[in-house]
Amino acid sequence: MFAFNEASEKEIEKILGKYPDRQSALLPLLTVTQRQERHISPEAMVEIGRRLDVSPAYVQSVASFYTMYHAEKVGRYLILFCINISCQLNGCDDLLAYTAKKLGIEVGQTTPDEKFTLLREECLAACTGAPMMRINDTFYEFLTPAKIDEIIDSLE
Amino acid sequence: MTQILFKNINLEGLATLPVYEKHGGYRGLKDAFKKEPEELVEMVKASGLRGRGGAGFPTGLKWSFLAKDVFPRYLCCNADESEPGTCKDRELLLKNPHLLIEGMILCSYACRIQTGYIYFRGEFYDLAQIMEKALGEAYEKGYLGKNILGAGFDLDIYTHLGAGAYICGEESALLNSLEGRRGEPRMKPPFPAVEGLYAKPTVINNVETLCAVPYIITEGPEKYAALGTEKSKGTKLVSVSGHVKNPGNYEVVLGTPTREIIYGLAGGIRDDNELKAFIPGGSSVPMVPASLVDTPYDYEGLQAAGSMLGSGALIVLDHTVNVVEATHRLVSFYMHESCGKCTPCREGTRWLWQILSRIMKGQGEGDPIDKLNDICDNMSFKCFCPLGDAAIAPVVSGIKHFRADYEEFLQKAAAGAAG
Ligand SMILES: Cc1cc2nc3c(=O)[nH]c(=O)nc-3n(C[C@H](O)[C@H](O)[C@H](O)COP(=O)(O)O)c2cc1C
Ligand code: SF4
Ligand code: FES
Repeated sequence: MFAFNEASEKEIEKILGKYPDRQSALLPLLTVTQRQERHISPEAMVEIGRRLDVSPAYVQSVASFYTMYHAEKVGRYLILFCINISCQLNGCDDLLAYTAKKLGIEVGQTTPDEKFTLLREECLAACTGAPMMRINDTFYEFLTPAKIDEIIDSLE
Repeated sequence: MTQILFKNINLEGLATLPVYEKHGGYRGLKDAFKKEPEELVEMVKASGLRGRGGAGFPTGLKWSFLAKDVFPRYLCCNADESEPGTCKDRELLLKNPHLLIEGMILCSYACRIQTGYIYFRGEFYDLAQIMEKALGEAYEKGYLGKNILGAGFDLDIYTHLGAGAYICGEESALLNSLEGRRGEPRMKPPFPAVEGLYAKPTVINNVETLCAVPYIITEGPEKYAALGTEKSKGTKLVSVSGHVKNPGNYEVVLGTPTREIIYGLAGGIRDDNELKAFIPGGSSVPMVPASLVDTPYDYEGLQAAGSMLGSGALIVLDHTVNVVEATHRLVSFYMHESCGKCTPCREGTRWLWQILSRIMKGQGEGDPIDKLNDICDNMSFKCFCPLGDAAIAPVVSGIKHFRADYEEFLQKAAAGAAG
């Protein structure tokens, strides 16, 4: 079963007030869902379709276009590690391997306790702070192995 | 050092309305509203301001193209900032959200627009929150909403978040995404100025472009146009990244020699290594060899050097880089981000990536450089949107200037095969 929680409902009310056309609320509603559930389930797509008067198949076709919507549940901490050019020039490949090893998973996987998911990411617009990663909504720049240890060890 | 966009950028509390106002923010609105909207469009034209999102299109001219007498009209601010190397809009949005709001108010008044959206890339959730707060302050103070400052002008501005797709920075894909569709580019014409959001006349401008507008309107277009060169007026934020000692966003007057940016502002090359190449305008523009480091950093100068100013992301490569490896990384990016709508881009990016991967693994058979050039020829100007041409930029320029880097891999392969 899928249902939006109270906080999400409040958010949705605000979102629906922004657009003259309900369909424009599709990405925002998918975002609310992803943040609430840590993934987008088929049941959630049905509910979103119902709210916006579009078919679940349409919701699916739009959701699948965007990389921030996950079919599989992601960990409580989603680590996006930038591997694009400025980060590459500053040694991100070794740091990504270091992070994966520290977490005991491969890039692309989630730890068994669902705490961390580690993903390779394209440029996140923090290139002057390369190498960098984003964990949930926070950007971490000028990474070193010691800094990665400190950041990850501090997460509850 | 003339600083317009970054004038008070590191001032404590600048993101809040009282501090922004105290340093002159929103000061010019009252006078601006006394003018006819068309006068403001003429002022922006006279300033010589060009779009800072990548294409460099004259901003005032774009505003004057809006379909006559068709309403409602929309303003979409492009805060997608996904061009690799680029992170200047992020700094503006993080530290000075009211500057963008003021620019959007002026643009909306000039273009008779009553609704604006700021399209943030999905990963800018934190920035959208900051903007929500700033918008709230602006509404409370009467800079937004109904009958702004008693001038009989209404405007609402909303934030909107994307969800991870580079192509949504392309303006027509952005509109599709904002309408709740897959972010695929649209056929042009019709251009957004005629049929944009919800098929209504729409202005789309980059964050930095709109942030330059308050200065132009408040200080006068002559003052802005006095800066820079004949075709490149004003200042530009440059994101300097890669192998420099002090990476960062720097505001420079257009026409500043690239050398001054790399060796002056950014402190020179790390470990005092040798400069090998630079990519002056984000990953989508051709790379330039070190020998051209005295090129003036402006639209015409960089074009003469075989490249483009693009988004203003200056990526610096030192002598330790093998250009094939950097190119492979960029092509891999374009392969991931190709929306798949048209064949030359969807298939071409994949073939380029495969051949580059083979070259790096020492498995190149036949003449892989020829093959790369051939694929690039077949993509050049044959793709539905500019992403296809962006994808070949590092390949073509890399082969042209750094063929030796390719040959290094190919010789290793040949030696391996012989041994
Ligand atoms: C593939 C692609 C990606 C783009 N990404 C961005 C972007 O992230 N931000 C941006 O402002 N413009 C981007 N653009 C340029 C926009 O299409 C458009 O020209 C720009 O937003 C217009 O604003 P301006 O005239 O103020 O520069 C991109 C273009 C292409 C083809
Ligand atoms: S060039 Fe690439 S990104 Fe642009 S429409 Fe074609 S497939 Fe999509
Ligand atoms: S290249 Fe890593 S943040 Fe831009």
